[in-house]
Amino acid sequence: MSATSTLHPPGRLARFARLCWRRKAASAGALITLLMLLVAIFAPWIAPHDPNEQDILSRMAGPSADYLLGNDTYGRDILSRIIWGARVSLFIGVTSIGAAMLIGGMLGVLAGYFGGKLDRLIMAVMDMLLSFPSLVMGLLVVAVLGPTTLNLIIAIAFTAIAPFARIARAPTMAVKQRDFIEAGRALGYSDLRIMAVHVLPNILDEIMVLGSLWLATAIRTEASLSFIGLGVRPPTATWGGMIRDGFENMLDAPGLVIYPSIAILIIMVALNLLGDGLRDATDPKLRHE
Amino acid sequence: MNNPTQRPILSVENLTTEFRISGQWHPAIRDLSFQVQPNETLAIVGESGCGKSITALSIMQLINKSQGRIAHGRIEFDGRDLTACSEREMEAVRGDALAMIFQEPMTSLNPVMTIGFQIAEAVRYHRPVSKREANKRALELLEMVKIPSAARRFDDYPHQFSGGMRQRVMIAMALACEPKLLLADEPTTALDVTIQVQILALLADLKETKQMGMVFITHNLGVVASIADRVAVMYGGRIIEEADVVSLFEHPTHPYTEALLKSMPRVDQPRTALHPIAGQVPPITTDMPGCRYADRCPLREARCDVSVPPLTPVAGATGHRVRCWVRAPSPMLEAVAS
Repeated sequence: MSATSTLHPPGRLARFARLCWRRKAASAGALITLLMLLVAIFAPWIAPHDPNEQDILSRMAGPSADYLLGNDTYGRDILSRIIWGARVSLFIGVTSIGAAMLIGGMLGVLAGYFGGKLDRLIMAVMDMLLSFPSLVMGLLVVAVLGPTTLNLIIAIAFTAIAPFARIARAPTMAVKQRDFIEAGRALGYSDLRIMAVHVLPNILDEIMVLGSLWLATAIRTEASLSFIGLGVRPPTATWGGMIRDGFENMLDAPGLVIYPSIAILIIMVALNLLGDGLRDATDPKLRHE
Repeated sequence: MNNPTQRPILSVENLTTEFRISGQWHPAIRDLSFQVQPNETLAIVGESGCGKSITALSIMQLINKSQGRIAHGRIEFDGRDLTACSEREMEAVRGDALAMIFQEPMTSLNPVMTIGFQIAEAVRYHRPVSKREANKRALELLEMVKIPSAARRFDDYPHQFSGGMRQRVMIAMALACEPKLLLADEPTTALDVTIQVQILALLADLKETKQMGMVFITHNLGVVASIADRVAVMYGGRIIEEADVVSLFEHPTHPYTEALLKSMPRVDQPRTALHPIAGQVPPITTDMPGCRYADRCPLREARCDVSVPPLTPVAGATGHRVRCWVRAPSPMLEAVAS
C-alpha cells in the first residue's frame, strides 16, 4: 500500500470502479448488463408499442419506420416484445439465482463449517442434483409443479443450488482454518455468528462471481423452457417464447427468431464478461497487475 | 502481591487432556494442577510440544472435539467448573470473564472487517449496549492499548496495521469485557523485540489496573523474567517445577529447568558457553512409566525410569516445588537415608 492510499483510503465503490475500468471487457459486460436492466425496468416507457397489440395487416412484415424490427406472426411489434421480454427474463433470472445463492450458499457454508456427517450428507444430495443437466431438472420441476412464473423460478433456482453449495463450501473450509476464526471462538462467538459475520463476507466474492455466470445460465434455461412451452404462458412476451412462436415461420421471416436470439446472445455474453471480470478483480493474485 | 488467603480466580486440578492418534488416546497434558490468583501472572514455560498451548485451550474448552478430549480433572474458574459447562455456557464465559490472546496477530483479525467493528463486536456480543455505546467503548479500548490517533484508525482494516498494532487490537478485543483472567498464548513470539517490550509493559500495566489474573504461555525465559510473578515449567505434559520468579531463576532445581536456563544465550557470559539440551522431547505416543525427562537427564538413576516423581516442596523455600527423584527427595526418604 502506498502512502497516499493510506492517507486517503478509497471507498469500496471507488476501488471497484477503478478495477472495472482497468478491465475493458468486464466494464463493457457490466455496462451492457446495466443497460439491459434499465431497459427491463423502464420497459413501459421505452417500448414504442404495446407488446400485445396486434397489427394484423403487418403480419410477419420486415422492418419499417414504425416497427423497427418488423412484426411477428400476429402482427405484434418485435422490438417492443423483446423489450418487455427482457423484463421477464431478467426478473426470473435474478430472483431464481438470488434464491439459489441464498439456499446453496447457506448449505455450502454449513457443510464446510461443520464438516463430518453433515458435510457428507449435504454434499451427497448436491452431487445428486448436479448429476441432472439443468434443463432436464427444470423440465422435471415445471412438469411436476405446473408452468407458472413462480414454479419456473423455483425450477431454475433448484438447478442452481448445487453449484452454489459447492462454490461456498471449499472457501469456507479454508477460512475455517484461519486464526481469526479461533480468535472469534475465544471471544465466545457462537457458530452461527462466526458463519454469518466472519466466514460469509470472506467467501462472498466467489459466490458473486458464480452468481453472474449463473445468471446467464438461468436466462438461457428460462428461454429454453419457454421455447419448449413450459415457460411463462402466452401472450406474455418472453425471449424463448418468441423464438418458439417464430420457429414455424422461420424460413419466411427469419427476423422472428433472429432478433430474440440476438437479445439472448447479448445478455449471455455481457454476463459472462462481467463474471470473468469479477473473478479477476477478486482474485488477489491478479489484483496488483 | 501474592496473597495466599485470597481465593484463586483459576484453579486447575488433575487436568488430563488426551488426543486420538491412529485410534488410540494419548495424554498431551497429564494430571496438571495449578492456581492463579487475581492480579497474578503465572508464566507457563516449556519447549514446543510440552503441552502449554493445550493447557490454555483446555481451560477455554476449545479443544477440537473430533481429535481431543479432557479425560479428567477440574477447571475451576470464578467459582464454577468449566469442564461441566455446556458449549452455550462456555460461549457466555469466553470473551467475557475469560479471554485469550493468540500467538499470531497477523492472522488473528478478520481481514474484511474494520478494526473498530471487530472491537465493538466483542463488546456488543457480551453486553447489552447500543451500537453507538459499543463504538464509544471500542474507541476507549483502542486508546487504552495505545494505538496512536485511535479515532482516525478506527475504520481502518487489519492490513493497514503493523503486527505490533494488530496484537494491541487483539488485546483490546480480549479486554473488551474486563475479563477476570487472561490467557496469553505466546502473544509476543511473532513480534520484534522492541515491540515485545511494549506489549509486555502494556499487559503488565493492564493486569495491575484491572486486577486481572493472567496465564502467560511462552518459551522465552527473558519474557518470563520481565512479566511473571510465578513460573510453572512444563515438560512432557507435566509441571516439573513451580516457583516464584526470583527463586526459579536463582535456584533452578529440576535438571531440566537448570539446562533450560543454561541454554539461554546471555550477554554477560562468553559466547561459547551456550549449552543446548541434548536429545528431544519424547513424542506423546510413547508411554513412559517414569520421569519423561530421564532420557535427556544427566542425573538419571534407576528409580527415574520406574515411577513418576511427585511434585515435592523444595526444602527452605515456600511455594517452590519440583518433580525430581534426585533433586527433591521427599523428607521421608531422606530420613531413611540418614
